[in-house]
Amino acid sequence: MTRHTDDDGDAGDANGTNERGDDPVAERAATDGGVESASGGAESATGGTDSTELDPDAYDPVDVFPGGDLDLREGADSCYKCTSCDTSCPVAEVDDEFPGPKFQGPEQWRLKRKEDHDIDESITSCSNCMRCDDACPSSVPLSQMHNEARGQYVERQMEKLSVEYIRNRILANYRTSASLASKFPRTASFAMNFGPARWAMEKVMGIPKERDFPEFATETFREWWKARGGAKVENPDKRVAYFHGCYSNYNTPEVGKAMVRVYEHFGYEVMVPPQKCSGTPMFANGMLDDARRHAETNVENLVEAIGQGADVIASCTSCSMSLRQEYPELFDLHGIEDLAEHTFEALEYLRIHEDLEGELDAAGGLDDERAFAYHAPCHARNQGLSRQAVETFRDVDGVTMEDVGDSCSGISGTYGWKEEKYEKSMEIGEEMFEHMEDAEGEVGMTECPTCAMQMEHGTGYEIEHPLQLLEDALGA
Amino acid sequence: MAINSDVLVVGGGLAAVAAAVSAAREGADVRLVSHKASTLRQASGLIDALGYVPATEPAKPLRDGPPTAGRNLDPDEWPDPEGPLADPFEGIDRLPESHPYRVVGGDALRDGLDLFDDLAGDAYRGGHTERNALVPTFGGAVKPTARYPAAAEAGLASDDRPMLVVGFRSLTEYDARAFAGRLEAAGVPFDVAGAEVEFAEAFRADAKITRVAKALDHDEEIDGVPAREALAKAVAPHLHDVVDESGGVDRVERVGFPAFLGDDEGDEVREELADRLGADVFEIPMGPPSLPGLRLEDRLFDALDAEGVRFETGNPVVGVESASDGRVETVAVDRNGRTTPYGADAFVLATGGLVGKGLDSDREGVREPVFDLHVDQPEDRYEWFVDDAFGDQPYARFGVRPDERCRPADAEGNVQYQNVFAAGGVVGGADAAREKSASGVSLATGIVAGRQAATEASQ
Repeated sequence: MTRHTDDDGDAGDANGTNERGDDPVAERAATDGGVESASGGAESATGGTDSTELDPDAYDPVDVFPGGDLDLREGADSCYKCTSCDTSCPVAEVDDEFPGPKFQGPEQWRLKRKEDHDIDESITSCSNCMRCDDACPSSVPLSQMHNEARGQYVERQMEKLSVEYIRNRILANYRTSASLASKFPRTASFAMNFGPARWAMEKVMGIPKERDFPEFATETFREWWKARGGAKVENPDKRVAYFHGCYSNYNTPEVGKAMVRVYEHFGYEVMVPPQKCSGTPMFANGMLDDARRHAETNVENLVEAIGQGADVIASCTSCSMSLRQEYPELFDLHGIEDLAEHTFEALEYLRIHEDLEGELDAAGGLDDERAFAYHAPCHARNQGLSRQAVETFRDVDGVTMEDVGDSCSGISGTYGWKEEKYEKSMEIGEEMFEHMEDAEGEVGMTECPTCAMQMEHGTGYEIEHPLQLLEDALGA
Repeated sequence: MAINSDVLVVGGGLAAVAAAVSAAREGADVRLVSHKASTLRQASGLIDALGYVPATEPAKPLRDGPPTAGRNLDPDEWPDPEGPLADPFEGIDRLPESHPYRVVGGDALRDGLDLFDDLAGDAYRGGHTERNALVPTFGGAVKPTARYPAAAEAGLASDDRPMLVVGFRSLTEYDARAFAGRLEAAGVPFDVAGAEVEFAEAFRADAKITRVAKALDHDEEIDGVPAREALAKAVAPHLHDVVDESGGVDRVERVGFPAFLGDDEGDEVREELADRLGADVFEIPMGPPSLPGLRLEDRLFDALDAEGVRFETGNPVVGVESASDGRVETVAVDRNGRTTPYGADAFVLATGGLVGKGLDSDREGVREPVFDLHVDQPEDRYEWFVDDAFGDQPYARFGVRPDERCRPADAEGNVQYQNVFAAGGVVGGADAAREKSASGVSLATGIVAGRQAATEASQ
């Protein structure tokens, strides 16, 4: 078994059972077999680059569309202004100044066809919760339109030296800060939440002092995975590639560990390919170039794993949303559609492929009674997953699982981390806080790391991930 | 392996909920799968059963010769619909034989309405009688309806207390004075005045209805004054706007607002306003975006949860995955281009009509896209409609044709699948827009389809 370290210092290996060289380029060449057809076919669309040399500039989403922009005309035409999107928008509900998803999407798209129209600044108030997508009866690609518009606004109209731009860029590139912080987790956890430092951050950077920075784990998930010696189960017929995302790597490795143990319990060989940020916070801040750079790494490595027979699973619903929907909407990369089709949320995948209920039944439930207040993240909703945790655990002995309703938590990734949005973020979340307080359980549950921050922030509850409960219930 | 249940309901509206709950109450393990957020949120929140019996024959015989879309021909003339009906049930016999009410019977409608009363609880009124209520809608029309939100109660047209209707300049689709004028013209038995007040102006010009509702829910401060107080203050000067026939001035006893008086805290908002104004307060149901529809959606989905129905929204059912011997075994649910099989012993199709996209149409024909069920339709596209826009439009009755157990028939009239049942807008035979029967058809067919599916699944 050989292992290598990838170029930015993370321990990274797709899985312990594959023989590989230590040189990243040689490794790609050696494993390209699985993705050859995908990369070969897309050469012309991406400027004819050699698939073994990824040149970020050669992967421009607009290359395939004449005229330079994504052609969203068909989507704009489908909008018949029924306003379903506006009534489901959590931001429009609390923000007078926000004209709503219908304006930000199809209407703004039409306006900006004319060269002399700038993108309206209000696009930066869209939190990218993507509820409008789910609400639209005509399948107008609203969030795609918003992402596009936001990207253009940031690229063309935003002052690159402004505090707002720099703050957003730092927030969007959470992975970078987290990667640094995780080198000195205890110091970082302390320093980031040190009162005077927070005061300064608010004054200088616009990061609300009310927020507590998440603690950094003393051992990241990838460090744990490496120390553990990778996968404990080898199974060429049942493989999954785990997209852990930044948060379960740097902050809550217990979620990633639960995922590994649960999947191994069902006989899966778990692969942990090298990966970067899914891009969600970057989309939400209009940093599409940053997002694309990260997507290139992710698509390349995950497609390779798919070539080895794996499906891709994520424990964070925003990560799975990104790989499934936003990637193919925004970028044109080798195998990106293939990745979208092979990506699942971790619990969703088990419910489809295993007799989860039977297994939970056989395991006999929990030894102690535990009650949870469950919040479904917006990005889980959009994937049809808003009820799966409630359903999965409803019949498990010892578990009380209460759905706290369909309100948005309000934090929406980086949105609630901006001083000017903080109060709105808390107003949106108020309904969820109230319902959590009303619920029997004193422990919260959600799939989304930032929803979890908001839940904790608003109620003081400890928050768990469904995979952790699943691990306990299965005795995995 | 597939995701399995006894009964799988496809759809998320009123018919789907009725079917899911009634199947669950028969003891079936039920799952509901809906593609998008429910279309209930675009509905008025009123539950109609049957308000009118429209004519199915023109006043004069239809013109002869090949249909030509009627250019240069006199439009066909149609008699006015019969109604508004005081009793929805007595009109059923005069509907066409193929109407869903005739197929499943009036008792199914009664059972459906009972089920609704049970699920809606104290949020709805009208269940004490079989008669229709007359509820003013925001166009100034008066709609015969079987059940109405408690929030609309004080506005009933059969009530003779003087009424003030409040409007806001920034709500352009809603003109209170025109509304009052139209009510008077309709001959309502009370004096009514409309007044435009300044309140919504505190919000941006095109503020969302949900924004105003939230502000009232939380009693947010508007320019330093709590929202409910600010609204009452804006309305108060108009409490004596009503002038009766003899020129006397009456203090109004009830005040109507567009339906934005809070979402979660609606009852409390209305009570506080009523207190401050010394008059009953009611909401006038509006078109989309519809808070009464949103509230009903919330209530019905909570009911699904309470009944133990499993549900998920966000992914569409795109077709039959396996079928044999006239039975469907699994359907395919699309998850981002990859399909997942969902198995069940029986299926209920409640995906809606042309607007809800349960039916799909192009120049070639009208199709039901999930099970590819037969949709009865004239071969010639020009026979899909008649010239008079208010006539008996054939396309309005397009849909699958059910038997008395709500199983759709194929082109020959035979049951297409033994274990597939249909309910709601996807069922043909009703002209719901002219009849004011959409909710009733959903409830009546929903309850039959749900029960029959549960029976089929238990065999």
